[in-house]
Amino acid sequence: MTNSDVPAAEDAVPTAVEEPALIHGVPSSLSRGQLVVHVDRDTYIQVVTALRDDGYRFCSDLTAVDYLLAADRLLPAGVTPERFEVSVALLSMEDGKRIRVRAQVPEANPTLPTLFELFPGTEAMEREVYDMFGVVFEGHPDLTRILMPDDWEGHPLRKDYPVGRIPVQFKEAPGPR
Amino acid sequence: MTDLTADTDEGAQEIKLRSQTSDEVRALEQGAVLRGVSHEDVDVELTDDQTMIINMGPQHPSTHGVLRLMLELDGETVLRCKPVVGYLHTGMEKTGEDLTYLQGPTNVTRMDYASPITNELVFAMAVEQLLELEVPERAQWIRMLMSELQRMASHLLFLATNGMDLGAISMMIYGFRDRESVLAFFEKVTGLRMNHNYVRPGGVAADLPDGWRDDVLAVCDALPPRLDEYDELLTGQPIWRERTQGIGVITTEQALALSASGPILRSTGLPWDLRRSMPYLHYNEVEFDVVVGSYGDVFDRYAIRLNEVRESIRIVRQIVDRMPPGDYRVQDKKVTPPPRARIDESMEALIHHFKIFTEGFKVPEGEVYVAVESPRGEIGCYLVSDGSAKPYRLHIRAPSFVNLQTLPHLMRGGLVADAVAIISSVDPIMGEVDR
Repeated sequence: MTNSDVPAAEDAVPTAVEEPALIHGVPSSLSRGQLVVHVDRDTYIQVVTALRDDGYRFCSDLTAVDYLLAADRLLPAGVTPERFEVSVALLSMEDGKRIRVRAQVPEANPTLPTLFELFPGTEAMEREVYDMFGVVFEGHPDLTRILMPDDWEGHPLRKDYPVGRIPVQFKEAPGPR
Repeated sequence: MTDLTADTDEGAQEIKLRSQTSDEVRALEQGAVLRGVSHEDVDVELTDDQTMIINMGPQHPSTHGVLRLMLELDGETVLRCKPVVGYLHTGMEKTGEDLTYLQGPTNVTRMDYASPITNELVFAMAVEQLLELEVPERAQWIRMLMSELQRMASHLLFLATNGMDLGAISMMIYGFRDRESVLAFFEKVTGLRMNHNYVRPGGVAADLPDGWRDDVLAVCDALPPRLDEYDELLTGQPIWRERTQGIGVITTEQALALSASGPILRSTGLPWDLRRSMPYLHYNEVEFDVVVGSYGDVFDRYAIRLNEVRESIRIVRQIVDRMPPGDYRVQDKKVTPPPRARIDESMEALIHHFKIFTEGFKVPEGEVYVAVESPRGEIGCYLVSDGSAKPYRLHIRAPSFVNLQTLPHLMRGGLVADAVAIISSVDPIMGEVDR
């Protein structure tokens, strides 16, 4: 964190592309000192289950990123970048450690198994990701839109979803969508 | 005549009639911990004409904004409950992608409007971690001072609304009065009562004003006797206890499974507070107690917040004693605009100032998740940078949003009147639920 050792900072710049250490058989990396493991759809459940059994019993966050406009991001060797990435932040309360699971989700078939059985608290978070990104969580008990109206078209946080307007009462004619 | 039912229909987000809901689905509805585990807890013998589905909210004073609860009632008893949210959704995470890192705090501060400093803090800390930037000591202590005062203000607001929801109307007036004394200090420091844009990447927007010690100590001196008064008014009062004890009970396992944090988790007896367990800023250098409950009911959550105000006062007093001199923002020209006085005399400073405020500063590619303890629980910021001056993705892990999932579980089998107490004890802020 400190800037005292300036020469060392240069080596530390490409943090995410150092030789990947394997955690539960999948590549890991350090992102600004935070431990990240990279999984794909097939290893997702298995790795998260293993991590939970390692003591990461609290799922603090589950969200997604649409890498449509930043496809050439830093990833360790052996990870195939896909358009969507679901990022799960797990927490081990015993040793106060965090780990992040970044799951690659292909654009063509954006599905991922649900974490609901492992962490029931991900229910609302997965609904939000479905609502905002259109990533379908297989096995989720109630995968409906949560923030947008039920009849909304499109998934607003996708990068190809433009910022636009909808007609509202008591205003001038609506602008371009 | 418009069809109101059709107009307000949320489709699949709504709770369905009992006859249209299978046992499996009903089992899933019974609070997530019980979901998919067993079906025997589902009261199958009831029929539709014995029960009634009613909407509580979105416009209902006890729902703290626009929270809509669909309740299935058997007489006075709540059988099923489903929160329907999204009425305040304004796409703030999408907006965040269009704002530079310097403009970011103006956006996130409006999410949890009852505790804006915490939002700014977590955002600023995420940006700093991406920049690998060390913030000056004084800035860190100012941040601590402000977030503890914020915790007091937020909990006082909770006491006010919780009192009002349960019929202690005088508590509402007292709570708002005391909160205002904290907000008056905020106004002096930041210029605004709420939505300050005070904590910024690299430090804070301005140094503390002259005489801030006296102002802070005046608040710290005025509050404890009043808190004792509230103890007398509410804590020991039989009616209050009847309304809150044993209502909306949750266990540690359930709270953990539901990812609930903050006072809800602590009310079950687990002393999990990020300030203590995973210290940030200088929380490891101040003394305070983590307040826990033992029953996980509405009363515990009330008592925890009341006593956390006392703990915050304790922390604030230590901060006042230990506030170091120095810079209130980092002297890194990359992220910090030049001082106002330099702009008048130096063309370079003017250009620098202009560029920082129009283009912003670039943040190296990467992604981080940073979490701090907000008055409502763990507030996290997941920030992805693609190397430009604007976040590629900004996600706020809102504690209220996650904590709301405990509602179906807390409500089950309770009375409608208790539902009001339970919503209040979860203390949701809809601005951050819907973002």
